[in-house]
Amino acid sequence: MSELKLNPYFGQYGGMFVPQLLVPALKQLEQAYVDALEDPAFHAEFQQLLTEYAGRPTPLTLCRNISPNPLVKIYLKREDLLHGGAHKTNQVLGQALLTKRMGKKEVIAETGAGQHGVATALACALLGLKCRIYMGAKDIERQQPNVFRMKLMGATVIPVTSGSGTLKDAVNEAMRDWSASYDTTHYMLGTAAGPHPFPTIVRDFQKMIGEEAKQQILKAEGKLPDAVIACVGGGSNAIGIFADFIPDEQVKLIGVEPGGKGIETHHHGAALSTGSYGILHGAYTAIMQTTDGQIEESYSISAGLDYPAVGPQHTHLQQIGRAQYVAINDDEALAAFQELAKAEGIIPALESSHALAYALKLAAQATEPTVLLVNLSGRGDKDLAHVHSVLAGGSL
Amino acid sequence: MKRYKQMFSRLQSEQRGAFVPFVTIGDPTPELSFEIIKTLIDAGADALELGIAFSDPIADGPTIQGANIRALAAGVTPAISFDVISKIRAYHPTIPIGLLLYSNLVMARGIDHFYAQAAQAGVDSVLIADVPLHESKLFRQSAIKHDIAPIYIVPPNVDDDDLREIASYGRGYTYLLSRAGVTGAETVAAMPTSELIARIRSYNPAPPLLGFGISTPAHVKDAIQSGAAGAISGSAIVKLIEQYQAEPTVMLAQLKQFVSNMKAAT
Repeated sequence: MSELKLNPYFGQYGGMFVPQLLVPALKQLEQAYVDALEDPAFHAEFQQLLTEYAGRPTPLTLCRNISPNPLVKIYLKREDLLHGGAHKTNQVLGQALLTKRMGKKEVIAETGAGQHGVATALACALLGLKCRIYMGAKDIERQQPNVFRMKLMGATVIPVTSGSGTLKDAVNEAMRDWSASYDTTHYMLGTAAGPHPFPTIVRDFQKMIGEEAKQQILKAEGKLPDAVIACVGGGSNAIGIFADFIPDEQVKLIGVEPGGKGIETHHHGAALSTGSYGILHGAYTAIMQTTDGQIEESYSISAGLDYPAVGPQHTHLQQIGRAQYVAINDDEALAAFQELAKAEGIIPALESSHALAYALKLAAQATEPTVLLVNLSGRGDKDLAHVHSVLAGGSL
Repeated sequence: MKRYKQMFSRLQSEQRGAFVPFVTIGDPTPELSFEIIKTLIDAGADALELGIAFSDPIADGPTIQGANIRALAAGVTPAISFDVISKIRAYHPTIPIGLLLYSNLVMARGIDHFYAQAAQAGVDSVLIADVPLHESKLFRQSAIKHDIAPIYIVPPNVDDDDLREIASYGRGYTYLLSRAGVTGAETVAAMPTSELIARIRSYNPAPPLLGFGISTPAHVKDAIQSGAAGAISGSAIVKLIEQYQAEPTVMLAQLKQFVSNMKAAT
């Protein structure tokens, strides 16, 4: 078997911990990606889809009313305005093109909030691929509108009841499916996690978020922001907006994990805040686990962040001190969700509300002029019924 | 590691193949699991393949996932699993005992510490389902240090370079996959051609045992006729445990019957 073409590790994190059976499929994907990078036709087609179909570049919006502190400007990178309703559309278009380059006709995917499922379904509809999407039964319950969207666009949605019935279990089922179907089927993993080469490919297909935002904020402010803030579940929107800022050491990079009912309660999804490392879904990275190494079930009000691991590059960025990771709990995210709606007329996804909530906290404490860049990774339409029931007194 | 050599040379002199049953340790309870494994041995198992329950067994189909869930629900931990293995080793000093598990259980105890504990419990081989060849170095080094055979999987899509490495790194036996996919009797074994097994054997790896979808004596017979040194059967056995978990006496009788029929086909 040929050697790997790209480094599968970020420092000591990452790798390709999968059954031997799947190694050829991952190497084939890596090769397809490396070939695509050298092919101008690939770049042209990807770029065309991003601009003419998905609606890039997305705007950068300076908030008019929400900042609690006149010294602080809060800019939102509006991935919520991307076709499909979240940043997820970016990378699935790239992976769908790779699928075609590999001569595969079918796609499998996992989804938590349903945003990656929707993105996968739309890319497959557009490019003539057949897709089946694994989704935890509990997530299907709390994300009905997205389930319907996927079905409208021709996807088959397969409920996963094993384990906790959330994203982790959907990934398990997708990997099981793939180990029987890799000859004809591409596994369109939805975040910058999992085995190599996914963390690298997904980051590269999301990094236009940061590249655009950097140009936009330089134009608006004439300087780089003081901090870039993004929510982190698996970590794709965060790595997408961070990547281009990593060399700019003066810019703080802050990832916001789901604190759920509070880090101390164990009902959370903040893998990086636990300081515990292990192997889940193909990568050595920060994970939530017992002392025996059993994976713990994560919890968050936001299905898209409800995942007990994180992409390996985030673990590396934390370890080398280049990025900082904090947690925002359900109540704080819910408050930010409502606040943005009232103050700016924008209803954010519950996932993105975590990033915004932390920005508001930081803003309140600032004692000098500060520019914050928040990745508003998705819109909140999918969360309306859930938030409505929570606000009406239902349980989180 | 010696025990596999002794087993294969005994089988060679008998001109027979090996039958190796798999169960998850602690399914459905640690106590009953011990009785189950004793029954497998008494019914003619040549070696044992034992799983340590894990929360996210991605290489397993629904049947063995169920075994993992039952064992975890019964409170089984890696420590309890090692206790059961020690008892099995005391019961039968010469039968080869292989462990099959997932990498995070090894990482959580520290790689070297894990292999030290396994050796102390009397384990002969370790197969980590989610550690492929090119990530296996640290695991392999600890295994060899503690006289435990590192087991490698040969999938049907294997290429010559991988075969060469597997032949040089693997000890004990080689786990030959009958087909793609996850464990389970739902998808039956696809018999590899004699040509494939001959190609594999030409690299002189540890003797190949065929696994995945082996659920009938005919599968065992076909595997050995195609040139495998034996066959591994898991889901078919775990299904009996699942089916008769409320009636242990019936379960043990059924397991005994199943294993003796499978062994008779070797």
